[in-house]
Amino acid sequence: MEMIVCVKQILDPEAPPATFKLDPATNKAVPPPGIPPVISPFDEQATEAALRIKDAHGGTIRVISMGTGLLRDVVKKPLSMGADELYLIEDAALTDLDAYGTAYALAAAIKKIGKYDLIFCGRQAADWDRGQVGSGIAEILGMPCITVAKKVEVIDGKVRVERVVADGYEIIESTTPCLITVSNELGEPRYPTMRGIMAAGRKPLTVWTAKDIGVDPAQIKARTRLLKAFVPQIVSKCEIIEGETLEEAGAKLALRLREAKII
Amino acid sequence: MAEYKGVLILGETSDGKLAPITAELLGGGRKLADALGEELAAALLGSGIGNLARDAIAFGADKVYVVDDPLLEHYLTETYVTVMEKVARQVKPNILLMGQTAIGRDLAPRLAFRLDTSVSLDCLALSIDPGTKLMVQTKAVYGGNAQANYICEARPQMATVRAKAMDPLPRDDSRRGEVVKIEAGLDPAQMKTKFIQMVKEEVVGIKLTDAPVVVSGGRGMGEAANFKYIEELAKILGGAVGASRPPCDMGWVPASLQIGLTGAIVSPTLYIAVGISGAAQHISGMSGSKNIVAINKDPDANIFKVAHYGVVGDWKKVLPAFIEKVKELKG
Repeated sequence: MEMIVCVKQILDPEAPPATFKLDPATNKAVPPPGIPPVISPFDEQATEAALRIKDAHGGTIRVISMGTGLLRDVVKKPLSMGADELYLIEDAALTDLDAYGTAYALAAAIKKIGKYDLIFCGRQAADWDRGQVGSGIAEILGMPCITVAKKVEVIDGKVRVERVVADGYEIIESTTPCLITVSNELGEPRYPTMRGIMAAGRKPLTVWTAKDIGVDPAQIKARTRLLKAFVPQIVSKCEIIEGETLEEAGAKLALRLREAKII
Repeated sequence: MAEYKGVLILGETSDGKLAPITAELLGGGRKLADALGEELAAALLGSGIGNLARDAIAFGADKVYVVDDPLLEHYLTETYVTVMEKVARQVKPNILLMGQTAIGRDLAPRLAFRLDTSVSLDCLALSIDPGTKLMVQTKAVYGGNAQANYICEARPQMATVRAKAMDPLPRDDSRRGEVVKIEAGLDPAQMKTKFIQMVKEEVVGIKLTDAPVVVSGGRGMGEAANFKYIEELAKILGGAVGASRPPCDMGWVPASLQIGLTGAIVSPTLYIAVGISGAAQHISGMSGSKNIVAINKDPDANIFKVAHYGVVGDWKKVLPAFIEKVKELKG
C-alpha cells in the first residue's frame, strides 16, 4: 500500500487557554512563550490510521508537511511513530494560504511524489478549524474522499471506512486511490518509542520550495478573505463554594443549587 | 457576479420529514435574502421526498428544487456533489447554505472546490455587510479560543451553519411557492463509492443534545470505572452523561459522549463538569448551557471562567458528598 499523510505544525491547542493571545496586526495567535508547536492532533490520528494499514498490509508511508518555521523535532514525529519518508514544503511565499491555496499546493506535492493508493489528512487543523483541505485535495486530484473516519480497513483492494455521523456511524466502501480525513474517534495515536525516534533521524527528508513542486504562488488566487479574528469577551462570574472540608463544600454546593432553584 | 442571485439552502430530511436544520436554514436564509432583496429557495435531495417541498415552502422557501432519485436515498459525497453542482449551475445562487451536519461538513467543502468557490464551515452567525453587500461569515477558530469573520470572493458564497444557531420562522401553511423538479442524471456505472450500512449507536437514556441536564467527566476522573459517579448523578438529576475529549480518546467512555467543537454541542439548563479543565474546544461545546457547575482541583482551571458555580478540590471528596446531598434534597 502506497500511502501519503499530510500533517500540519501548529501552536499547541492544549496550551492553557489563559496563554492564548491574538495579535490584532496579523490576526493570528501569538506563540505562547515556552510552549513549543506540535503536529495538529487530528493529523497524528491520520498518521495512526496509515500505520494501522501498514501493520496489516505492509507498504510505505510518505509524510508531507507545508509551512514555515517547521521544527524538525516536531515534524519528524510521524517518522518516529513509524512512517517512512518526510517531505517538507518550506517557502515564505506559501504562507497564509486559504483552504484552496493549501489544497492546491499539497496536491502539487502529492502529484510530484506520484505514488499513492491512500491519502490521509486530519479532519480539520486544530488552529484554524477550516475542515476543507482534505476534500479539496481529493477534488483537485479527482479521487473520492471519505471524511471523519473512525476506522479504516483495506479489504480486497478496496478501502472500507467507518465514518462518524450524528447517531452512530456509516460504513462506506471506496475504490482506490482514495483520500480519507481522520477524526479523534479513531483512538489514541501510538507513542514514538526510543527506537522509533532514533530511526527517524536516518529516514529520508526532502525539502521543497514552491518552484520544486511546480507551483507559482502568484498564480494562486485566494477565494476566502479573513476580515478579522477576535477574542469574544466573556464576563466571568463564578461563585466558588467553600467548606471546612471538601465534603462540606460538596454538600453546600447542592444546597446552593437548590436555593437557586437549579435542582 | 451580477447573474448570481438569491439564497439557496440545502434542506435535509430524516424519517420522511424535514430535519430541524432545514427550517433553521430557511429562517436564517430568509434574513439574508430580505437584506439583499432577493429570493429564498431550498433544494431537497433524496428518494421519495417530493411531498416535503410543501413543508419547505411553509417554513419560508419561495421556491423548492426537488431532486428525487433512488440513488440519492443514502448520502454519498459523489452523488450529492454531482447533483448539487447541477443545481447550483442552474440556479446560480448568490449564497448557498447548508447545515454543519454529517452531510454539510462533508458536502460543502467538496462542492465549494467543484464550483471554484469557497466555504466557511460551522458558522455561528451570518450577516450581510451593508456596504459591500457581501455575506460576512463568523466562525470559531483556534479551537474556540477566538472567532473570525470571513468573506468569499467568488460565487456562490457558501457557508455551513451550526445547528440551533439560527431560528426557524413560524410555520405558515398559507405561504405559496414554486416547486421545480430537477433530474439527478446519475450514472451508477461511474460510481467509485458505495454505502454499505449505517450503524446506530445505542443511546442509553436521554439523547445528549436534548437533555435538560448534562453531567460530564473529564481527564480528572482518572479511569473508566469512576464514571459510575457521573452516571449516578445524571440518573438522579434526570439527565445525560457527557465527557470531554480525553476520556473518549482513552476509551473510558464511548466517543458519542464527547462534548466539544468536533463533538456534541449542548445547551442544557444545567451542565456539571467534573475533572474537566475547560480546554477551548470543550467550552465551544457547552458554553451555551444556562447554569454551569464545575468541580476541579486546579483553582486556575479554565472551566471556572465559564462556570457559574464551582468547588475547587478533588472530586473524589467533593462529588460523593454532593451526590448524597442531592439525593437527600430530592427526597
